[in-house]
Amino acid sequence: MNIELINICKTFQDELVLQDVCGSFDIHSIAVIGPSGGGKSTLLRIIGGLLTPDSGNLKIDGEIIGFSNKYLHSYRRNIGFVFQSKGLFEHLTALENIMLPLVHAFGMGKSQALEISSKLFERFGLTDEKSKYPFQLSGGQQQRIAIARAVAVKPKLLLLDEPTSALDPEYTAEVLNMLGELQNEGLKTIIVTHEMGFAKNACEEVVFLANKQIIESGNSSRIFKNPQTEELQNFLNKILEWKV
Amino acid sequence: MKQTVNKEPSLANKAASGIFVAVVLIGFLWFSVSSIGLELDFSTLYQYRQRLWEGFLMTVIISVASLFVSLVIGSLTAMGQNSRILIISYFCRAYVQIIRGTPLLVQIYFFYYIIGTAWGVDNRYVAGVVILSIFEGAYISEIIRGGLASIDRQQYEVAKSIGLTPVKTLQLVTIPILMARILPALAGQFASIIKDSSLLSVIAVIELTQTVQEISADNFRMFENYLFVGALYFILTFGVSLLSGVLERRYNHEYRVNQYL
Repeated sequence: MNIELINICKTFQDELVLQDVCGSFDIHSIAVIGPSGGGKSTLLRIIGGLLTPDSGNLKIDGEIIGFSNKYLHSYRRNIGFVFQSKGLFEHLTALENIMLPLVHAFGMGKSQALEISSKLFERFGLTDEKSKYPFQLSGGQQQRIAIARAVAVKPKLLLLDEPTSALDPEYTAEVLNMLGELQNEGLKTIIVTHEMGFAKNACEEVVFLANKQIIESGNSSRIFKNPQTEELQNFLNKILEWKV
Repeated sequence: MKQTVNKEPSLANKAASGIFVAVVLIGFLWFSVSSIGLELDFSTLYQYRQRLWEGFLMTVIISVASLFVSLVIGSLTAMGQNSRILIISYFCRAYVQIIRGTPLLVQIYFFYYIIGTAWGVDNRYVAGVVILSIFEGAYISEIIRGGLASIDRQQYEVAKSIGLTPVKTLQLVTIPILMARILPALAGQFASIIKDSSLLSVIAVIELTQTVQEISADNFRMFENYLFVGALYFILTFGVSLLSGVLERRYNHEYRVNQYL
């Protein structure tokens, strides 16, 4: 799967967040890293069809993404999205959360949706959590269920916006393990993350986004071993300073 | 160190406390009544039972009808207040401000004698329901607006990301969350509607209060009449409060959880 960004610009209330972002990537697993406020989440939301850029184009496998409501509606159904936190519906149980998109966005029958959901719970060791509400689940369980919901519909692409930023290290490992497993099975992912270990070891490619633009991108081990730009060098020095 | 244990009070404790409160309240009432040498005789009301029953029914009908109409008005103006079209937004805000800022009695006179006369509305029952609904709608509008504002924006983003249409989002996300949050306040507002309907007696809508005024003009037993009618209103509002408790538990997803925990 190829994704092409052509001069994408986005402004929020007179504040420029993305400026002429360009790039072409073959997606298998991409990690987007960079300082906070650099526009990572915004770019991910544009790729996921949740935000419309002010100008510029987005091409997936050569097809231009039309940012009309109708186009986006069907586009979004093929893309899974996992949020930083609170990504589950608060008024539904874990099971209902996974079943809802299957039944109401994909028009699947209830029994079939139940079967698919139950299998996912079993597979990810969440069966005991099935009938719990989000507020009864740990942050790690919530994120794993959110990921399970996103993959239940067999998306072409899974996007994750800092899925572990709100979690403690133990839960972070739990979520990243699940994600690594899915990537190994061939699920295509783009993850915005501050987990450099995950970006380096589990993702094939890393994109460094700062100052509203993509500053550097490339093979993940190369990026960490041999950063070319000064910005990336400074960024890596800063965040790796306190590493064990 | 003193231990604080978080447990339910015992049944005996509950019963004793309940009886104590009842004794104090009834004792206070009895003392007050007897100290002014008032002798209450409710038996004279018996002969008016038919009229009282009709008045009671009329109060229930007007209140229920007003509840539905005011819910519609409240929902529309709550959404209107947030409208991006300024004219709609200003109109809805002005409505809420003016209605909440003026007494119901003034509104009843104004809408019935000026607006109603100008537009040829002469059915006082229809007028009564409409006026009451306009009044309560402003309060319900604020309840709904507050409820909508309390829903986390992210819930909508999640709905968008899984491919729900706006209509499905409203049906599956917004309304269930909203209802769980505003039901207690709505029930309180319904109790207010029941009590406020008594003011419609000023335009001679023959509901409970108007009925009791007419009876008072006949039997001159003001104390008994109004105490009795007060009790009838309380039965209605207490019923609403019990019903809201049941509905609240049904809508409240957090309660559903406790059933299997």
